[in-house]
Amino acid sequence: MTTGDPIAIVDHLFRKQAGQMIATLTRTLGPRHLSLAEDAVQDALMTAMQQWPFRGVPDHPEAWLFQVARNRALDRLRHGKMAAGKEPDIARASTAVESPAAPPLLRGELPPVEDDQLGLLFLTCHPSLTADARVALALKLVGGFSVREIARAFLSQESAIAQRLVRAKRALRDSQASFGMPDPAHLPERLDSVLDTLYLMFNEGYAATSGDHMIRDDVAGEAIRLARMVAMHPAIAAPRAWALLALMLLHAARFPARVDSDGTLFLLREQDRRKWDASLIAAGMRALDRASAGDRVTAFHLEAGIAACHAAAGSWESTDWAQIVALYDELLALTHSPVVAMNRAVAISRLDGALSGLAALDAIDNLAVLDGYPLLPAIQAELWREAGDTDRAIECYRAALGLARSAPEQRWLTSRLSLLV
Amino acid sequence: MPQFVLFLRDDGRFDPNISAAEMQAIVERYIAWRAKVQQNGRSITGHKLHDGQGRVLNANGSGLKITDGPYAEAREVMGGLFVIEAAGYDEVVALSKDCPHLDFGSIEIREVQPT
Repeated sequence: MTTGDPIAIVDHLFRKQAGQMIATLTRTLGPRHLSLAEDAVQDALMTAMQQWPFRGVPDHPEAWLFQVARNRALDRLRHGKMAAGKEPDIARASTAVESPAAPPLLRGELPPVEDDQLGLLFLTCHPSLTADARVALALKLVGGFSVREIARAFLSQESAIAQRLVRAKRALRDSQASFGMPDPAHLPERLDSVLDTLYLMFNEGYAATSGDHMIRDDVAGEAIRLARMVAMHPAIAAPRAWALLALMLLHAARFPARVDSDGTLFLLREQDRRKWDASLIAAGMRALDRASAGDRVTAFHLEAGIAACHAAAGSWESTDWAQIVALYDELLALTHSPVVAMNRAVAISRLDGALSGLAALDAIDNLAVLDGYPLLPAIQAELWREAGDTDRAIECYRAALGLARSAPEQRWLTSRLSLLV
Repeated sequence: MPQFVLFLRDDGRFDPNISAAEMQAIVERYIAWRAKVQQNGRSITGHKLHDGQGRVLNANGSGLKITDGPYAEAREVMGGLFVIEAAGYDEVVALSKDCPHLDFGSIEIREVQPT
């Protein structure tokens, strides 16, 4: 071969293709063969890993992988049936599903992948699963992430994630959840479950600042990819899906300015706004535009609106705080979340001064929920410092330091404290 | 142009829980290496050998002895081979010394005797 190989493989081809192949195989074989589909796909990727170094990347890598995965799945089914032959009940159950003439997909052509991925996404976000299980399962099956990668993103043990996945798959089997888009009558409720899962997935990648940045960015990126797929699907056409996509894009635009190469954290007010990704902001604004088509305002709409206010502001000082406070008022009325109330208090402090912000913090009903959350004393410390009460500020910084878990958080608080003592 | 065969040996084991991203990263390293060989104007072909299978034939006085293997007790088994054209050993060694396989096992290079 003197003509040369294809120079490179598409970014994340293996991971993306894993999700697509598991989705298609799950549709054709039925959700009870979910694990079989997963194993077949892992086999196919390993075969590629072993063979491509020697033979080069095939001309159509996706088709090559899919064909191998499909053959592996059929091999495993055949083996399963032979084993089941000794147990008549199981044999009957399995022939009922598998004996119909092989669906067209098992004969070779590449499947309509996006619909299959959506079908799998609705399955992994089934209401019978806990929120944590949905996120992990969607990342594993639709996103093609490994258990180790998910554990790294969640800052938890590999064994805990593995167990969560096993339990989730068992729960899916027990509930006989079906693959695919729900019927129109159930779509709104099922869609909420999908959107909430994607929101959590994005926050998993976005919110925490410790751990492995690369995998966290990938997790947030996967949430955006899936949210875009959901929002754009003609049968879904839900403004709140566009609102979710908008808020993800607008937050993701700030990723490059959040942490520098030493892992030092930059709060929104300190960020170099020139580092914000203008194309993501533009995409977020367009998504927000499409989100306004409906007549229902959801929490996603309000959060996206707040993110848009920040994105549109040239500086922290010139931000439209009145608009942001108004959006937080609505969001608080909708969610009654103390975290929302805390952020609202910050916005109030920008609009009416530090003491008004502190008063708004004191007025939060269910403040006890925030115990153990370092952000609350950190915000109080900032506001006391601004109000000129150094003693109270120091006291609050120390309280926050006692609660901070990640190294960047601790570094940030220590540096703030050192300005005062 | 002389041809050289690279015999790739390794312990034949790898992590069954390796992630899709890690697998792609490994393939990409080989692809980059192959591209480098080709950019030097040298052709490269290769074959992956089936792991965990094989027969070893030995003829002795009493007849033919056929055993499975050589994987069972071998520390390293041959996992695959490349054939590269090069002017001589100096060039083929220079081309091979950053082959990603060296992270997994050894490479033995032999020139094909011209007929």
